[in-house]
Amino acid sequence: MDKDVPRAHHDMGGVSKFLCEPVDVEPHALTDFDKEVDALSRVLGAKRVMTVDELRRGIEAIPEAQYHRLTYYRRWIRSITDNLLVKGVITEAELRAALDRV
Amino acid sequence: MNILETDGEKLLAAVRDLLAAKGMVSSAEISERIAITDAANPGQGARMVAKAWTDPAYRALMLEDGTKAAEELGIPMRGAPPLGVLENTDEVHNLVVCTLCSCYPRAVLGYPPFWFKSAAYRARGVRDPRGLIAEWGTVLPEGVKIRVVDSTADYRWMVLPRRPAGTEGWSMDQLAAIVREGDMIGVTVPLGT
Amino acid sequence: MADYAAGTRVRVKNDWPETRGKVHIRTPHYLRGMQGAVVRKLGAYPNPEDLAFARPAAQRALYHVAFAQPAVWQEGKAGDELLVEIYEHWLEPA
Repeated sequence: MDKDVPRAHHDMGGVSKFLCEPVDVEPHALTDFDKEVDALSRVLGAKRVMTVDELRRGIEAIPEAQYHRLTYYRRWIRSITDNLLVKGVITEAELRAALDRV
Repeated sequence: MNILETDGEKLLAAVRDLLAAKGMVSSAEISERIAITDAANPGQGARMVAKAWTDPAYRALMLEDGTKAAEELGIPMRGAPPLGVLENTDEVHNLVVCTLCSCYPRAVLGYPPFWFKSAAYRARGVRDPRGLIAEWGTVLPEGVKIRVVDSTADYRWMVLPRRPAGTEGWSMDQLAAIVREGDMIGVTVPLGT
Repeated sequence: MADYAAGTRVRVKNDWPETRGKVHIRTPHYLRGMQGAVVRKLGAYPNPEDLAFARPAAQRALYHVAFAQPAVWQEGKAGDELLVEIYEHWLEPA
């Protein structure tokens, strides 16, 4: 039984629906995408553009179904983008234009 | 569609282009950071463990100030979160988890493994630690308690495992070679032979 | 805020800021309202609840607090424990 409390969905300690899930103990190599997202986050942190706390907040804001569906670094890039927009570092118009070009 | 729901690979490419065009983050800086992160690996933590097994003063330092202990072995720790080290004894076995996200002692062990970041690990660690470590075939001796360390804040935690029997007289290189990533998180214990 | 000495029995506040708006909380849900014992003070750090929203963040004392694992879950092995970093403003004397 889960504790009957207003738990945020990322706050996963002891949550029943995962207790019977086996752990995939195999090593999974990181892709170039993974490493670039990781590095981007670190560089933005070192330049004081975005903190790890803001990164976490952005990840936690992902709606529950998508949070569980997205792979780890896809959550990160979504949060990074969210934070850059919220902070006005990039605008949505700029982002749409850049997405059209890639 | 919410722009944030765009495919992650496209978001990354677009964000990188924009940040480079604004002179904020260059490709070179990202490549450089990847190289730095790639250099961190569990072998670094293993060297710390091997030294702690052979040098009581270093063991004491490691337990008192993990960051200083890492720096003493030349592991770069500038800008890294404080490192805490928890010692396994014949009474207590430590297991590290981050239920809220994936906080991991990256500076000394490298990237967190896939399993550490998984929903199953994050959910089960604090509630069913013995069932969890059994996924790696790890069974603790009778009478040993488990201490589950949930990394919720500024510290990053690693485990100083017990030195296995049958390793008397081994060199530091030989000892470091038997210390695996999982041993320093607590899902496994080092195998002596 | 008062400093908690090692060994002090404390309770994690049974508070749910999640119900009052957008927040970033580093006190796990499973510990809210639970009693434990301070192991040691780990230092003082800027409050992540504010850093997460780019607000000015006051330094808060951070404690390592031990909880009996079976008491938290109503299941588990006697003697097993949970050791968790908790910020001072989430603790009160038990």
